[in-house]
Amino acid sequence: MSASTTPTQSTPPSSASSTPSPATSTTSTPATSYEAKFKVWRGDAEGGELKDFAVEVNEGEVVLDIIHRLQATQASDLAVRWNCKAGKCGSCSAEINGRPRLLCMTRMSTFTREETITVTPLRAFPIVRDLVTNVSFNYQKAREVPAFVPPPGVAAGEYRMQQVDVERSQEFRKCIECFLCQDTCHVVRDHEENKTSFAGPRFLMRVAELDMHPLDAAEETGLDRKETAQDEHGLGYCNITKCCTEVCPEGIKITDNALIPLKERVADKKYDPLVWLGNKIRRRTTG
Amino acid sequence: MTQLEREQWDVVVVGAGGAGLRAAIEARERGARTAVICKSLFGKAHTVMAEGGIAASMGNVNSGDNWQVHFRDTMRGGKFLNQWRMAELHAQEAPDRVWELETWGALFDRTADGKISQRNFGGHEYPRLAHVGDRTGLELIRTLQQKIVALQQEDFREFGDYEARLKVFQECTVTSVLKEGERVSGTFCYERESGRFFVLEAPAVVLATGGIGKSFKVTSNSWEYTGDGHALALLAGAPLLNMEFVQFHPTGMVWPPSVKGILVTESVRGDGGVLRNSEGKRFMFDYVPDVFKEKYAESEEEGDRWYEDPDNNRRPPELLPRDEVARAINSEVKAGRGSPHGGVFLDVSTRMPPEVIQRRLPSMYHQFKELADVDITAEAMEVGPTCHYVMGGIAVDSDTAATPGVPGLYAAGEVAGGMHGSNRLGGNSLSDLLVFGRRAGLHAAEYAAGLTERPALDEGQIDAAATEALRPFGAEESADGGPPENPYSVHQELQQTMNDLVGIIRREGEMEQALEKLGELRGRAARAGVEGHRQFNPGWHLAIDLRNMLLVSECIALSALERTESRGGHTREDLPGMVLDWRRVNLHCRLNDSARDPAADPALGRITLSRKTTEPIRPDLLDLFDKEELVKYLAEEELHE
Amino acid sequence: MATGTERPQLNTGVHDTTRAAITARHLRTDRWWLAPAATAAGLLAFVIYSTWRAFGNAHYYAAPYVSPFYSPCLAENCEPMKGGPNLEIFGSWWGLSPALIILIFPLGFRMTCYYYRKAYYRGFWASPPACAVAEPHKKYSGETRFPLILQNIHRYFFYAAVPVAVILTYDTVLAFRNSDYEWGHMGLGTIIMVVNIVLIWAYTLSCHSCRHVIGGKLKHFSKHPVRYRLWGWVGKLNHRHMQLAWASLISVALADFYVYLLASGVFDDPRLF
Repeated sequence: MSASTTPTQSTPPSSASSTPSPATSTTSTPATSYEAKFKVWRGDAEGGELKDFAVEVNEGEVVLDIIHRLQATQASDLAVRWNCKAGKCGSCSAEINGRPRLLCMTRMSTFTREETITVTPLRAFPIVRDLVTNVSFNYQKAREVPAFVPPPGVAAGEYRMQQVDVERSQEFRKCIECFLCQDTCHVVRDHEENKTSFAGPRFLMRVAELDMHPLDAAEETGLDRKETAQDEHGLGYCNITKCCTEVCPEGIKITDNALIPLKERVADKKYDPLVWLGNKIRRRTTG
Repeated sequence: MTQLEREQWDVVVVGAGGAGLRAAIEARERGARTAVICKSLFGKAHTVMAEGGIAASMGNVNSGDNWQVHFRDTMRGGKFLNQWRMAELHAQEAPDRVWELETWGALFDRTADGKISQRNFGGHEYPRLAHVGDRTGLELIRTLQQKIVALQQEDFREFGDYEARLKVFQECTVTSVLKEGERVSGTFCYERESGRFFVLEAPAVVLATGGIGKSFKVTSNSWEYTGDGHALALLAGAPLLNMEFVQFHPTGMVWPPSVKGILVTESVRGDGGVLRNSEGKRFMFDYVPDVFKEKYAESEEEGDRWYEDPDNNRRPPELLPRDEVARAINSEVKAGRGSPHGGVFLDVSTRMPPEVIQRRLPSMYHQFKELADVDITAEAMEVGPTCHYVMGGIAVDSDTAATPGVPGLYAAGEVAGGMHGSNRLGGNSLSDLLVFGRRAGLHAAEYAAGLTERPALDEGQIDAAATEALRPFGAEESADGGPPENPYSVHQELQQTMNDLVGIIRREGEMEQALEKLGELRGRAARAGVEGHRQFNPGWHLAIDLRNMLLVSECIALSALERTESRGGHTREDLPGMVLDWRRVNLHCRLNDSARDPAADPALGRITLSRKTTEPIRPDLLDLFDKEELVKYLAEEELHE
Repeated sequence: MATGTERPQLNTGVHDTTRAAITARHLRTDRWWLAPAATAAGLLAFVIYSTWRAFGNAHYYAAPYVSPFYSPCLAENCEPMKGGPNLEIFGSWWGLSPALIILIFPLGFRMTCYYYRKAYYRGFWASPPACAVAEPHKKYSGETRFPLILQNIHRYFFYAAVPVAVILTYDTVLAFRNSDYEWGHMGLGTIIMVVNIVLIWAYTLSCHSCRHVIGGKLKHFSKHPVRYRLWGWVGKLNHRHMQLAWASLISVALADFYVYLLASGVFDDPRLF
């Protein structure tokens, strides 16, 4: 049992043991592998094109595996962003057959063997190279959303919140910032000029998250997140066509649970004279 | 070559995971102008992968918990090899670190009275892990990221510039820590996007680069975990500590190949999942070591009763410590009783109704459904051990996180050694990041503020770093024999070597073989060549990272060969027992002369090992344990000191 | 509406010079056009049908059933319906079809509904036609300006939709009579009316504005346990808002059409008891 092998490249994927058991080596031979046709966009800000590749695919692989195989065997300088490879970090965002997706969460088995699979970078952001885009728009927008305002007079360790009160914001905090929603949203995807005035679904959801945070004290400091959602972050641009929800790999109901509730809260503040009047009166009587 | 862009900062933090961001926040709040530099995008660090929670003895669920109990659990988990002062500070400060996250906007799951909820976890005596479902790491990263943004917003209000006092250089890599004499003077970096070199001039550098998992074939770690910080410290002259201790998590996915190594959380077993071999047998009953015999069930019936009635039954052996379970799985596979893809079966489908599985293990259900197309409510998972965490790391001062011998160099998080001894408890990593990240940032800022003049940059070092980084582009011209090597192939062979020869079970002969193989790979890595240009070129990035992985791998193999016992994350098949005398011995790795000589024969090792005797554990901390327990860990003379 | 139909210019949106140089407007390989086309066709069919029926001013009452298009009937020129929803608020000066008065409310409710907005923005205005398919408009200002900023009054239509639904419920109760106005009878029409009113209520209550008013606007659910529970229920319905929108649209048309068939004498209502 202790006869160990010096590893060579030809060894099939083995288990954690040094000597693969007979069962392992026979069953893990890629009997089900085939050659897939890929079109991968290669280029940079100067221009580029869809390049054809024929590449081996084995059972159980995802698109990111194929991109990695291309790197290792045919195009060592093929640029791609990735990190955890488990759908938890949101790095490997790209567009596969024209749909914004995570490369690591798109199984090859969802395509037919005859299909040509087209992989391009995100088309809403400036290109850097190959599958990598400049996503700094998102970081800029993140900075424009005022941070959580801690409640004055409540010391660390004294925060008390009920589970039912934190759950709405917790759903939004599942966001892995893959920016697929930002990519697919036609407000900026199809209209570059809207980028200055529109924060995008991810960051409007951040506004909603903070507005629903049970202890956020923004209002006490004179910051009305509802007003700013409309006036500064461009909530009005959203026409709730739900593409952000469709692409969200975390399954966050961005439109139904964040954007529409935020629109309703804005309506309370800005477009509903009854609510406005009611608040006015209540404030007068209590204040 | 010398006209590189330079920027002056007070503190440079390398790495933007939990430890790096916490260090940066602290340094900035202490008044230091702070730069954070990270290989990925801001907010993508490997910390997001942490699921279970943050261990902190807040006592919200069981008021019996306090820092002393947490300290005790941590020391036991690490088999008393922990740097005890770190374990003490960690246990004492973790609650404050968690609470302060709430003031930055974190939303943990709550108890009925509105406090932070805490859950049970292996090795922790009380429910202790603050958590958000099974995405605690993401919450931690996002909270720290948003705190950084909050600080930047403050600066914007004050100076009109978000980055006036705190800047994140994302998608940049540090290849060298620059020094003036012994002291740190800055870092040499390149921007991944453009390939452009630049220098950050700073008197204090905090290394927070995480772990080394990418040197192993099967790992739960991401591509970033190439041991950069470990190598940077070595190259800067700081020692690494106890690098033989690598934690293999027993249950990683083994199929499909694309997700091999990805973690299957411990709660699957905690909630009733059982391990079976290809014959359908619950083999863990055959692997209960004598020391645990009294605490674990002897029959399946008893083990099954434990889930409902833990007070009157003993727990099933599937819940033995991680190292025991990992070894057992390894043995079963080796004996030919593995699953089709070289693991064993982890089954919940026959144990619980589908709706219960979906309710209790939602993320595992989705992970298998989406990544493997396996419905865990209908069929068993295939799992096997996966390289998960390195307990060893840069030697640091417990209180200040400073590295010995290199003034201005600090380390925190997984890259720092000592805190977890020979084995880390689940949940202690996230608290480690916060406690020592903060301390590193604090002391780095104080050190920088206390200097009267900034250490000067050495142009020779900058030129050398640039030459080294560009070498893969000129590989074909190198005269030292052989065609250019594909960095991907070298990397794959390195991973296979470490996995097979310095993996979960170690033998003397295999480790010697590994060292020999590492020598060969060093030679080939020196010839690794890449095509294309410097703009976002992953082949080039890998060729640069190979240096770090090779150094770290050598440290692991050398230390593992040296430590002639089995303890925690280090298992020697030829030396199965724990040896009490080894408890006081730390193994230090340092760079030797051949590493500093570019012309040295690649076959010559780059690392020199030395043994250091640890400081005795403070008596009042020893008093927290029973005498009977101490005799299991401490050598005779230690007990009487 | 605010969105024009200019031809795409080569340097905007996905063809902006900073973006990856890909000439195709989209690279989707699936039948992405199917959903917006089907939506547009469905909505168009309903608009045509309802226009014909609303202007028809005839065949909307067949005792004991009243068409939901004509209830409540607010003018003097309404057909008298025994015990039925005759509320002659508008007096005799109104000469057009009385349906036009009341239909404003359900129409407005549906026009400003968050689901229908998505449906017609996609189906009729191609803004966007489908996800990641470039839209054909040069400029886009969404709901930031007149007239689309008026979508924010959705909640008022919701408030109006509730009494309308109450009256339709009353109509449904009246449907448990026979054609001689005797209670305790049911026909096929009764079943259709019941199904319709259930769907109308489900659609109305699943509205996003309703969800907001009932509890969504609160910051602390824990202080309002009853509203929290109601919010949860409305939320469950709200998940199905799209399905309910279509189901109730179809059912209301079917209910009307059934009354039309009876009133125009095509056949007699099959009585159950």
